[in-house]
Amino acid sequence: MIELHGVHKRFGKQVVLNGVDFEVREGETVALMGPSGTGKSVLLKTVIGLIRPDSGTIIVDGKNVNRLKRKELSALRSNIGYVFQNGALFDSMTVFENVRLGITDEDKYRDLEYCRQRIAECIRLVNLPADTIEKYPAQLSGGMRKRVGIARAIAGSPKYLLYDEPTSGLDPVNADIIDGLVQRLDDELGVTSVMVTHDVRGAFRVADRLALLSDGRIVMQGTPREFLDSTNPKVREFLERDFDNPSFAA
Amino acid sequence: MAASTTFDIRQITGRFVLEGASHVGRLTYFMADTIRGLSEVRIWWPRMLEEAWNIGAGSLFIVLLISAFAGAVTALQTGYQFTGSIPYYVVGTLVVSSIILELGPVLTALILAGRIGARYAAELGTMRVTEQIDALESLGRSPASHLVIPRVLAGLIMIPALTILANLSGIASGWISVKAVLPVTDADFIYGAQYYWRPWDAYYSVIKAFFFAGSITIISCYMGFNTQQGAEGVGKSTTTAVVASSVLILVLDTVLTRLLLNQ
Repeated sequence: MIELHGVHKRFGKQVVLNGVDFEVREGETVALMGPSGTGKSVLLKTVIGLIRPDSGTIIVDGKNVNRLKRKELSALRSNIGYVFQNGALFDSMTVFENVRLGITDEDKYRDLEYCRQRIAECIRLVNLPADTIEKYPAQLSGGMRKRVGIARAIAGSPKYLLYDEPTSGLDPVNADIIDGLVQRLDDELGVTSVMVTHDVRGAFRVADRLALLSDGRIVMQGTPREFLDSTNPKVREFLERDFDNPSFAA
Repeated sequence: MAASTTFDIRQITGRFVLEGASHVGRLTYFMADTIRGLSEVRIWWPRMLEEAWNIGAGSLFIVLLISAFAGAVTALQTGYQFTGSIPYYVVGTLVVSSIILELGPVLTALILAGRIGARYAAELGTMRVTEQIDALESLGRSPASHLVIPRVLAGLIMIPALTILANLSGIASGWISVKAVLPVTDADFIYGAQYYWRPWDAYYSVIKAFFFAGSITIISCYMGFNTQQGAEGVGKSTTTAVVASSVLILVLDTVLTRLLLNQ
């Protein structure tokens, strides 16, 4: 379970998170939505301890992330797969080496035969051709890089998956492929997922519950049905951009 | 007008002090992380060997070339200044001492500050702005043992080794060049080189190179790690790393000379 209580974060004079309360239950997929630049990625990074909040509490699996010692934080992180917005693949390494780094158990990481099998499995799970493992990130398309990023995140069999804008910058066809992949991985692997996105259509398709971040606070959390029925002006404003889009209705 | 000038000076001084304190704090954390990562030998050892090979093989030619020219110029200038009242064997002393005590270590360090320092700062800076360092941390892995320690240790081993080779190249080149301008025999040159030779000079040269290596690698890795704001930030970090490590090399050169030679 992931819990955030009263999380504040500012960069200089800019207040990014202004008392965020947010909760993700075991086994569910939550889409954290909001317009660009509202601090969704910052919020996700605080969960994994990449950004320290100015105040507030972040609890993952009953552990307060900001009070963990270095080794404890490393152990917690090895239980969380993080998919970066632009893949964040190591460009001097092949796909094989990139995904291998996701195998966080050091003994398994050293076992080359295990790594070969696990990497092939992860590459298959994200629907990439088997020969992709020999390529470098620069030889891949944007959609393929995102899928390799997902393969790396799942390689260590994490309990949680955090997706930072997995479909941003992709054409609708590739965005649909990634959405479908997220949904399938959640079903097949049984992980607890948080997906940061400003793509309402994808969020409705993938998530069990939705949350809307605006002006540094969570404006609403609820099921897709509750969001559709909401009369909150900020929720309506955010959703209606996509309701007017014929592709959403489809 | 006077009031606003005073205010500006206070503001500039305040910003300078805050920035300085912030760098000191971050550098302390950075060094603490690096020292802590030393326990992960299995991680940094293979990467260090790779980095050491890159530094050695990639820098050997330019280091030998520049030290050869430095040795030749030293010898030719010595020839120009000789009036005839000084014994010729002194040329051997001058060339060997100039190269080993100063030109070999300092020139090698300044070349490598440009070559290795710029590369490290740009590599790590790009990794920072493309979130590759964050990705490493998110996988529960230590960026210090994967990225910093291999680079720093490779530099600490290879830069002194390159300095020794630069010294030899400079002396050989000076020896050949001086014979073109002065009637110095090989025996004269060897006699002069040995007459004032102190083994400590060779140790001093390597000790200096070791300190220079530390300043180049630590500053460039630190600057790369703290890169901000995209491509412009990478450029800024790279420039700052080269300038800061070059200045520190010259400061250390003065301090070490005072400490190690003028006791």
